[in-house]
Amino acid sequence: MRDAVLLFVIVCGGTGGEIAVARAMKQIGEVHDFSPGNIFRVAFRAVQRPWMWLGVGLMGLAFFALLAILSWENVSFVVPVTALSYVAGAFGGKILLGERVSPVRWLGVGFVCVGVMLVCLG
Amino acid sequence: MKSEARLQLKTAILIFLVIVFGSLGNIFLSKGMKQVGAFASWRPSDVMPFLGRALESGLVWIGILLLILFFVAYTLVLSWADYSFVQPASSIGYGVVAVLGYFLLGEAVTSTRWIGVAIICMGVFLVSRTPPRTTEQI
Repeated sequence: MRDAVLLFVIVCGGTGGEIAVARAMKQIGEVHDFSPGNIFRVAFRAVQRPWMWLGVGLMGLAFFALLAILSWENVSFVVPVTALSYVAGAFGGKILLGERVSPVRWLGVGFVCVGVMLVCLG
Repeated sequence: MKSEARLQLKTAILIFLVIVFGSLGNIFLSKGMKQVGAFASWRPSDVMPFLGRALESGLVWIGILLLILFFVAYTLVLSWADYSFVQPASSIGYGVVAVLGYFLLGEAVTSTRWIGVAIICMGVFLVSRTPPRTTEQI
């Protein structure tokens, strides 16, 4: 039960955090100029977005949940399970960000998911 | 250059940087932490000296700097590209980490793991055949 709760936090916190960061960056809009000065200005605009703070907070929560579960579970069990975040990411992108996930992209996500599990089991 | 081709080139360059910075960052962190030694226990009297030793390692700081650059590149590419495109595309980093771990850190990589890396690469290839952006600014 304790494992299930922490794994849920790792997958949903990590993916939810990245989706919130993605949402903040979509609000800022496409970055065209990659000079250091402009990247600094983009970063300044980004930290003014509540979504960015929500994202960083959720990613931090997932990181500490990962540290905690690794103190008693094998990494070879934990990391394959976190490959579920690829499925959560595709669903989250579709539902929360309105992205159109085509069948080809779903198939690619499935391959990545299987591959990540094999890497971690290997 | 047509705007769609320009978008694809820009996305490819940023995802390349995400993969390079993320993979090298993890390799440096791993090498640095192996020198620091294993985590003894969760007691505060053990955790603080452990963190102190970790932050005295130059390799760990190089790793942290690379992971900050990774986060900047990841955040920038998300300003235009779909999350459901970027997340699987950047997972080719799993393969890069396996290759770098094998050559730079002398880690044993099993055949199951190489097969997994190959399947990830096929998945990334499929995702990269889809347009990187299906939504506009929100």
